[in-house]
Amino acid sequence: MNVPPLLHRTRRHFFQDCGIGVGKIALASLLAKESFGATGKPDFMRFPIKAKRVIYLFMAGAPSQLELFDNKPKLKEMEGKPIPPSVIKGQRYAFIQPDAAVLGPRFPFAKHGDSGAELSDRLPYLSKVADDLTFVKSMHTDHFNHAPAQLFMTTGSGIPGRASMGSWLSYGIGSEADDLPGFVVMRSGGNLSGGSAMWGSGFLPSEHQGVPFREGADPILHVTNPKGIDQTAQRQTLDLLKNLNRSTHKKMGDPEINARIEAYEMAYRMQARAPELMDFSKESKETLDLYGVKKAKSDFASNCLLARRLAERGTRFIQLYHSGWDAHSNVEGNVKNQAKQVDQASAALVQDLKRIGMLEDTLVVWGGEFGRTPMVEASAALKRSGGRDHHPQAFTMWMAGGGAKPGIILGKTDELGFHVTEDPVHVHDLQATILQLMGIDHTRLSFRFQGLDFRLTGVEKHNAVKKLLA
Amino acid sequence: MIQPFLARFPLVIFSYSFGCIPSQATTYAVDEVSFNQDVFPILSDRCFACHGPDSHDRKAKLRLDQAGGVDGAYRTLEGVTAIKPGSIKDSELWYRITTDDDDDLMPPAKSHKKPLSKEEQAIIRSWIEAGAPYERFWAFVPAKKPDMPKVKDSSLSKLPIDRLVLAKLDSLNLQPSPEADKRTLIRRVSFDLTGLPPTPEEIKAFLADDRPEAYEALVDRLLTKKQYGEHIARYWLDLVRFADTNGMHKDFYRNFIAYRDWVIRAFNENLGYDDFVRYQLAGDLFPNATSDQLVASGFNRLHLIIDRGTALPEESFFKNVVDRVTAVGTTFMGMTVHCATCHDHKYDPLTQKDFYSLFAFFNNIDAAPETGGRPRDGLQPPFLALSTPEQSKNLQQFIKQLAESDKAIKELKKRIAGEKEANKKKVLSQDLKNLTGQYNAIKGKRDRLDREIPRAMVMREREQVRPTHVRIRGEYDAPGELVTRNTPEFLPALKKAGETATRMDLADWFVQPSNPLTARVAVNRFWQQFFGVGLVKTSEDIGAQGEVPSHPELLDHLTVSFIESGWDVKALIKQILLSRTYRQSSVSRREQFTKDPENRNLARGSRFRMDAEMIRDHILATSGLLVNTMYGKSVKPPQPDGLWKSVTMIGERFRADAGDAIYRRSLYTYWKRGMPPPQMTILNAPIRDACVARRERTNTPTQALLLLNEGEYIKAARSLAQKALEAEATDESKRLVLVYETVTSKLPDEKERKVLSDLTRNLQKNYLEQPVLSDAICQGLNVGDAEQKAQLAAWTVLVNALYNLDITKTRE
Repeated sequence: MNVPPLLHRTRRHFFQDCGIGVGKIALASLLAKESFGATGKPDFMRFPIKAKRVIYLFMAGAPSQLELFDNKPKLKEMEGKPIPPSVIKGQRYAFIQPDAAVLGPRFPFAKHGDSGAELSDRLPYLSKVADDLTFVKSMHTDHFNHAPAQLFMTTGSGIPGRASMGSWLSYGIGSEADDLPGFVVMRSGGNLSGGSAMWGSGFLPSEHQGVPFREGADPILHVTNPKGIDQTAQRQTLDLLKNLNRSTHKKMGDPEINARIEAYEMAYRMQARAPELMDFSKESKETLDLYGVKKAKSDFASNCLLARRLAERGTRFIQLYHSGWDAHSNVEGNVKNQAKQVDQASAALVQDLKRIGMLEDTLVVWGGEFGRTPMVEASAALKRSGGRDHHPQAFTMWMAGGGAKPGIILGKTDELGFHVTEDPVHVHDLQATILQLMGIDHTRLSFRFQGLDFRLTGVEKHNAVKKLLA
Repeated sequence: MIQPFLARFPLVIFSYSFGCIPSQATTYAVDEVSFNQDVFPILSDRCFACHGPDSHDRKAKLRLDQAGGVDGAYRTLEGVTAIKPGSIKDSELWYRITTDDDDDLMPPAKSHKKPLSKEEQAIIRSWIEAGAPYERFWAFVPAKKPDMPKVKDSSLSKLPIDRLVLAKLDSLNLQPSPEADKRTLIRRVSFDLTGLPPTPEEIKAFLADDRPEAYEALVDRLLTKKQYGEHIARYWLDLVRFADTNGMHKDFYRNFIAYRDWVIRAFNENLGYDDFVRYQLAGDLFPNATSDQLVASGFNRLHLIIDRGTALPEESFFKNVVDRVTAVGTTFMGMTVHCATCHDHKYDPLTQKDFYSLFAFFNNIDAAPETGGRPRDGLQPPFLALSTPEQSKNLQQFIKQLAESDKAIKELKKRIAGEKEANKKKVLSQDLKNLTGQYNAIKGKRDRLDREIPRAMVMREREQVRPTHVRIRGEYDAPGELVTRNTPEFLPALKKAGETATRMDLADWFVQPSNPLTARVAVNRFWQQFFGVGLVKTSEDIGAQGEVPSHPELLDHLTVSFIESGWDVKALIKQILLSRTYRQSSVSRREQFTKDPENRNLARGSRFRMDAEMIRDHILATSGLLVNTMYGKSVKPPQPDGLWKSVTMIGERFRADAGDAIYRRSLYTYWKRGMPPPQMTILNAPIRDACVARRERTNTPTQALLLLNEGEYIKAARSLAQKALEAEATDESKRLVLVYETVTSKLPDEKERKVLSDLTRNLQKNYLEQPVLSDAICQGLNVGDAEQKAQLAAWTVLVNALYNLDITKTRE
């Protein structure tokens, strides 16, 4: 963390000029890199900055697009008949046979807003904000198992150990907050198969890894004083450390010592900031009701509200995982139940951000790791019926704010919802788009590791999707 | 052929060279450039992506990684010569790297690679003008014993390590640092060899020992400690990604501790590194393989496993073999071989065919694809039971008894079926009941015994060798050309013992002295352990995209002496630790730290934050809590609630162990890849899902929070505070010295005494005023009155502060 002060200032100014702002900690590691050209701005900052922060609502387990976003009346017609082999083309599945019967959509759909977006009746709240949303019905991915597909979506690779999107952003443009982490992860619902590698920093320095918030009073690991140690004792400890560590620095000359002193001071600021962050008592009843936050309950709704509060306080990348969408059996019950947990709060987040003027520069992303099959999954042995298997060929996601074009529906699938027929968007294309909205050229934000230049979007050619940009 | 590094030619334009360390550019005054040191890194970085070893993506039929051949750098195509030795004006390359014409400039803008700087151009110019001599890449040429250079002050040391380091310091006009003081030295060497601090008694004894050989005696003593093997093993376990779970999807537990325990023993018994390599690559193929050799072959099974349910077996099988070969590449070759899974390596001369020829040694495991759901203890075949002779005997006994009993039961059942008389039938039925009871009792005993027997996943070769195809674009279901087992073409040829090459042949190939990689990669990693950074900084990759060594001749010297010693690890470590270079003080001026932050020039002793395990073990050791039990079941020390719950797919909940086990060394901590222990990962321990040859070291607020607020560490601080307060010394200043010395191995100076004593008094006053707080700290203890409680609380906070000091967490 040894940075010539002039350089330090120039680069900080660059970020301020761009209106992006940078916290102290994230800046330091970046400064050591060669990413800044003669212009004094990082080489990868090539686009106008539309989004200053991202709130990513990850629907883990993969929600059924066919029960929520992608209306396929043809499936109803064909229900019970095997899917034509010409459609399936040798694709193999983990659980179902290729000649499995087609399953019709379980819920009625209706058109909403000026855009005429078709949504099922399980999404009454999102239906009301349809014109603020950007739908992508033509998503497709390379993986059809949960763990690799979740990792692919979050880190650009199906194998654990790569840097996650949040850590790329923290590494590339830092955080605006110097008393809260720049990359925060929250969870609700069931289990997550991708594991902590989904918010890992991989080969990037570990200060860029996501900080998982936990339920309860101690949201950040160890942010609360241990029992029997109050703020006075803690401050006295820190003063002593600062005092003695400074003497060590005088004697040894090692600048790392200063970096450590600074890390302790930021830790102390986080300790002071965290209780205020977690305290919803200043939120109006109207806001709490908008999200559907229930008192003293930690769930997707309270996480959405907390996400907004973090966004206001300068956190760069806020990722909410809501698990439980893996409907191998009874997709009807699954969607009913899951949608009830996320519909209201997802819509509330968009509305709330809009109301306070932050939707403009906050990108909200919503979606799972893949889609679900048009065919039914049923197995007496596994006691499954009326389910849908994993489907990497086509699924739906949506975005809002932060420079995404509101009120459009991009892409189409065939009449069975099996393949994408128009405007396919690969996971790496979506990642490139998100980076571009943050001002970043995804081909230039790279990191050398083991002799190779790694980037979020891999080595194959992928592009930001122009049609999605406002 | 010209010897790498020795061949230097004049650099005419600038009077200094441009090594890999930018900070040296202004101070490193030699007037020659070397192909391997100076030219090759530029070509590799800017040119090889399109003009390198990968034939698929090669542009303009030109490769710059070699001179000759139709595509080689000296080639003339349609009247254009890429490099004309001796003439920059006839060399198209020179025009292309210097032109103002954006259309012609190389590397092209769209490659996003930087154009060559003036300095880099100067290097290329000098090189071409000197005849553009190519040399084999330094790491692919066997190490050669270097001549000992002359140094300015030869009285400083006669040891080869020091001579080679001093020669470089002389050339940079730098002075070496004096030897570190004895307290620093014993702390440094204790941590470096055992991962633990010296006790105050050990310090006292070392200070009192004024024999010239006192330091050597200390090193010798530490090398024989059991904790040495534990500490050195830990680095190895990072490298081979040792863990207690499968790492993917449901992330099931698997019992792999036999391998971990073998590694510890192997280092303690100083098994030759050549055998250490052989056992791991091919232990199962030794005639009458010992259980150690078999367990070591488990190296081939340490990869991630995705359980069945969602993964296709063929795909999993392929991925597992790739993972296995990748581990061999990083661990024994220091190369990124997996880059050639999909295409020829872009930078190193490793073709896709080479990769699959290596792959062919490792795809013949005698088992179905390892996608088993949840076998007992996660053991997927082939695995091995490691029973003692007595256990085997008892087990056989039980099996025999069960067979007999079973037979008797069957006969009895027949008789009952044939018996018509009701009374007799009743009697016989009673007999059957008794017999069945006996059977179940024996079965219970057998099962109990069976559970006690440790097991280990191992490698086993299938009789009929599986054919291996190149996989087109690395896709598991796209077979291409058929290949046979072989080593990469650019390395020495493989010697086969029989008709078909075996993994044993491969293992022997790795440790034959002509193999340029194995020993070099190993000594570089050992060096890294003791200096914080390797002679080649990128210890995971010494290939073309790795960094060039800071001291090439020193690396060669260590490599040759390592092989000549019979691959004696302890001898290598002792040689390094006895050097003057190692014993230098790490005190330096700020400018020195700024100019050479990673201490690549070795003008001082290295100073770096210790690894997570050392920090935790230090706290346990100094607080008196550490339990030195070796080997066996991995343990779960308490950690914050809810961490596993948030990632598990199978409803797993973390349940901390109780009793002594939680105070064992961190090496034995249970490692769940999906959610490793935060005490470790927050302080930069890798997740163990991939082979890691070096850890990063960062300073983050979450680290500060961990060390300030972790409940387990507060308990440890309290334990040391109690010891201090119960000690015979009754006055405060003596107690202060006791805790300070225990934690830091130093004595506090006057200023430190004063601020520590002020803090203690302030805290004590606060705690007297707020007995609720001191009660909370003293919870579970029988301390006495309010004053004593306040005192213990204050001293606990004091010790906790000491645990957070920079000098405590830093090895200096």
